[in-house]
Amino acid sequence: MKKLLASREILLLVAIGVLLAIISLRFPAFVAPANLLVVFNDTSPLILLAIGQMIVILTKCIDLSVAANLALTGMVVSLVNIMAPGLPVLFIIIIAIGFGTLLGMINGLLVWKLAIPPIVVTLGTMTIFRGTIFLLTKGKWVNSHEMSDAFKAVPRTDVLGLPILSWIAIAAVIIFSIMMTRTPLGRAFYAAGGNPHAATYAGINVGKTQFWAFTISGAIAGLTGYLWVSRFAVAYVDVAGGFELTVVAACVIGGVSIMGGIGTVYGALLGALFLGIIANALPVVNISPFWQMAISGGAIIVAVVLNAQANRTKGRIILKRAEHAT
Amino acid sequence: MTTRSIPDRLQSPLERSLKSWESLLLLVAIGIFVANSFASPYFLNAWNLSDATFNFTEKAMIAFAMALLIISGEIDLSVAAIIALASTAMGAAAQVGVGTEGLVLIGLAVGLACGAFNGFLVTGLGLPSIVVTIGTMSLFRGISFIILGDQAYRGYPPEFAYFGQGYVWWVISFEFVLFAVIAVIYAVLLHMTNFGRAVYAIGNNATGALFSGIRVGRVKFTLFLLTGLMSGVAAICLTSRLGSTRPSIATGWELEIVTMVVLGGVNILGGAGSVPGVVIAAFVMGLVTFGLGLLNVPGIVMSIVIGLLLIGVIALPRLWSIWKVR
Repeated sequence: MKKLLASREILLLVAIGVLLAIISLRFPAFVAPANLLVVFNDTSPLILLAIGQMIVILTKCIDLSVAANLALTGMVVSLVNIMAPGLPVLFIIIIAIGFGTLLGMINGLLVWKLAIPPIVVTLGTMTIFRGTIFLLTKGKWVNSHEMSDAFKAVPRTDVLGLPILSWIAIAAVIIFSIMMTRTPLGRAFYAAGGNPHAATYAGINVGKTQFWAFTISGAIAGLTGYLWVSRFAVAYVDVAGGFELTVVAACVIGGVSIMGGIGTVYGALLGALFLGIIANALPVVNISPFWQMAISGGAIIVAVVLNAQANRTKGRIILKRAEHAT
Repeated sequence: MTTRSIPDRLQSPLERSLKSWESLLLLVAIGIFVANSFASPYFLNAWNLSDATFNFTEKAMIAFAMALLIISGEIDLSVAAIIALASTAMGAAAQVGVGTEGLVLIGLAVGLACGAFNGFLVTGLGLPSIVVTIGTMSLFRGISFIILGDQAYRGYPPEFAYFGQGYVWWVISFEFVLFAVIAVIYAVLLHMTNFGRAVYAIGNNATGALFSGIRVGRVKFTLFLLTGLMSGVAAICLTSRLGSTRPSIATGWELEIVTMVVLGGVNILGGAGSVPGVVIAAFVMGLVTFGLGLLNVPGIVMSIVIGLLLIGVIALPRLWSIWKVR
């Protein structure tokens, strides 16, 4: 019971509950179930990306190219849609996942085969992906009227009262929580990040595991790219600009340790929901959206401090000052 | 039978410096210079070349401090956000009639304060610098957005324009002189003082450095302070040159600065690098962007080039060594 109470997910769930309670004091309509579903739907892309990012961070890496991957894949499928408006959406989704996977593999190969630090790789590919969108389009936008109706309809179609976008996020949470806890690859992600040396001795190829983490993150970013572009019915160079930081923020708030090896799918989900609720509540509470950036920055710092406190008590510290040096 | 040549004597100092990263980079710089002067008839013009220096002087000032920080094994991704916050603070002060000296003091003070905040979080609380500075990056710029929103500050005092637009002698701008002075200061600091040796020692083995009596935390804190201070200096120059402040000022500079440092031969994992290397890298990047600009290449395409450079300079030596082993 004590362990359950101390767990990061429960704490975060309580924090979200308190946040909703405070908002509902002034604006009861915000916590109406219908509105909460809208908030969830609005947060779905963030949930998807946060799950992918969590897997990457678990392996001691970071993927700053997710938003650029999303934008590039979104643009590619929009262009495919313009060239072949009759192509069934199922193929569009396959292209989106495939293309995103390819971009993720590029990151993964550079990290695995050339052992380049992930932050350098993904900072680089981030600008390269965004630049490529410009090269593809000469900076032009793909607007709503150029996209086919079927292309735009999918994420908004209601199934059992929820849009498909929400269902995809729910499916991702279920699939990945099973994968992370019940499959060898899922456990390998934890092992590779928690203790790379021990993982190597246990027969896990750390580099290859990181490669798969980037590949999964890329695949999710690609799928989200299609969903994003079709939902907002517009594709341009700066789609989701700076969103990679929000995604990292969601993970850090969700208790994913940036040092690797610690984190859960539910943590990422709750971290994303926390930021999603704030983003949706700001205009309701009549605070300028310009506060958003500073709030997520502050939330990252608070979350990192809390994470560090929570993980510190493990083991006996023999040389306290040496701990700080590393 | 494969024969392996074992050198029967040490390389001469001359030979060693000829084979160094810096001399390779210098060759690249000269190559780009020659290529540019053939590619565009407007390149070899004293005033144009003088203008070209503005492409890198402000970034390079920060890059020197960042080089020391990266050599010590840390990183600061919030530098561009510090520029935004310092510039916003100066803009706000200029609105209420603060004079040039006051504005300079405010710019430096905000830079120092931000650096101290980063330094405290990293060395005082023992948090990983990548996440901390991703957090402060959105916090600092977020505060600028809260203050300014979609507005801009103008109306700086006329004397304030000297820092970014003034010329010391003929085509030699004030910024270029400042850049050169700062380069010399950092070269002396890193290569000729105990402090500089401590920076290398920490980057190679922080625990070892601690046990040999180096105050690791204090040195790192100083480096964060210096990085903040240089961001403040760059903010003064940039604000003075543009004559206005928007919260989106210097967006994406952190990437270009890190690229400059890595291109200059600094090991992104810490422990190795030199100030002359960063100086040459600054010229290389300035010449590339200026040359492409003369050929009417849009900025976003240049960012692809920067991204490729960043990954390429690290990947090529590693590909080379893999290829050589085979």
